[in-house]
Amino acid sequence: MLTFNTFQKITNKVTRPLLVASLLTIGLGACNDNTAEVVMPPVVTPVTPPIEVSYSITLTNLTYAQPLSPVAVALHGDSKMWQVGQAASAELEKLAEGGDNSDFIALATNIATTSGEGPVPPGASTTLEISTTDPMANYFTLATMLVNTNDAFSGLTGVDISTLALNQEKSWRLNVYDSGTEKNDEAVGTIPGPADGGVGYDAVRNDIDLVGYHSGVVSKDDGLSSSVLTQAHRFDNPAVKLTITRTK
Amino acid sequence: MKVIKKSPIKAVLSSLTLALISSTTMAQELSITVTNLTQGLHFTPVITAAHNSENQIFMSGQMATSELQAMAEGGDISGLANLLSNADANINENPAAGLLAPTMSTSFTLTNESANTHLSLAAMILPSNDGFVGLDSWTIPEEAGTYTVFLNAYDAGTEANNELRGSGAPGEAGMPVPPPLDTSIGMNGTGITDMESNNKVHIHRGSLGDDDMTAGKSDINNSVQRWLNPIAKLTITVQ
Repeated sequence: MLTFNTFQKITNKVTRPLLVASLLTIGLGACNDNTAEVVMPPVVTPVTPPIEVSYSITLTNLTYAQPLSPVAVALHGDSKMWQVGQAASAELEKLAEGGDNSDFIALATNIATTSGEGPVPPGASTTLEISTTDPMANYFTLATMLVNTNDAFSGLTGVDISTLALNQEKSWRLNVYDSGTEKNDEAVGTIPGPADGGVGYDAVRNDIDLVGYHSGVVSKDDGLSSSVLTQAHRFDNPAVKLTITRTK
Repeated sequence: MKVIKKSPIKAVLSSLTLALISSTTMAQELSITVTNLTQGLHFTPVITAAHNSENQIFMSGQMATSELQAMAEGGDISGLANLLSNADANINENPAAGLLAPTMSTSFTLTNESANTHLSLAAMILPSNDGFVGLDSWTIPEEAGTYTVFLNAYDAGTEANNELRGSGAPGEAGMPVPPPLDTSIGMNGTGITDMESNNKVHIHRGSLGDDDMTAGKSDINNSVQRWLNPIAKLTITVQ
């Protein structure tokens, strides 16, 4: 007998009211007693060996005196790990306030991850490698904190890098975000970097709780009396240069 | 012989090409999203226009028109809308129906006629005396796709940046303070400056602000209402 699919193909050529009527009839018939007799063609799954794709990621710290926390890198499906106008995830908050990327990297949505081994000093560069055999791991995220701030971070998220050909490279100059989770009071004890050595992450959210672009460090030299920061900690956009090369 | 054989195909191809070209140069539908990237600035009603290559909303290094001044000092876009409308531009006004709050986005569609090949945008930024976010004559691509443009903050050059509560009327000192901003802006400042020596449109040097909400030099809060460029993101999808 004809399978349901074949029948549908034929009726597609019939006018719409007729098609609806006959589909309804078939549907009812199947409900009654013909279900067992419908034979579906066997599904053939093509067997393809897993293909490994690798990327080399080079990041340069463009700031004057903002060390960057150990860089978090992830490959994942089509999603963004933060967005301007949305609240930061708890994992991003931890990274942006304290430079601790462990929860961010451990997120279940990540398919492949890697982390820098230590902070990246101003003027320095670091190179990381990441590989995957998962065909869904097409989207790239990188995040790192500017550690002499309350909750500034730089990075990019949800960028499709699957279009990169072998040995092709792509570069970005990255701006600085504010996770919106901690007030920028620059106060003693709130900055985890060497300018203060204070507490980084605090679960309390006392800012607008929406990710946006950072307005920059004010510092005590420029009129914020509560600040432990100096003119040296000021920064501007862009703060990071990033280059991704597909190496495999 | 070969030429004769080929020519019908060629003719079809070239008429196809012509059809494609004419369809892209006739009218385009643009889906536009404006994102306020900052955490401390509000945008007053945004005006966006597709216009021909001979018109502009503003131009760096040139004196502001009185219509631009009204927008930059008080957020009033009616004068710019009139100018653009007289120039046969395609215009979108006030898509956010009021202020565009920090980090928020607003979206709209704009259909541009064939002569209107350039896109411009302006909205006052608050708190500021005569600051605005601007896009000057971006060439609208003919190729369908999604394009991203980052926008900077400009100073209209028409008012001294005293950074004090005041008026949004053109030519009057001070910053307009609509109700949603009232609690976030300080008071009783003594004023940063009463000079505006560069009276041409220029990239805004940024606000100074201070950390005193009831006194000090400025009524702007220095740890919230400063900014770094870019301050806005424009996502334009050409259908």
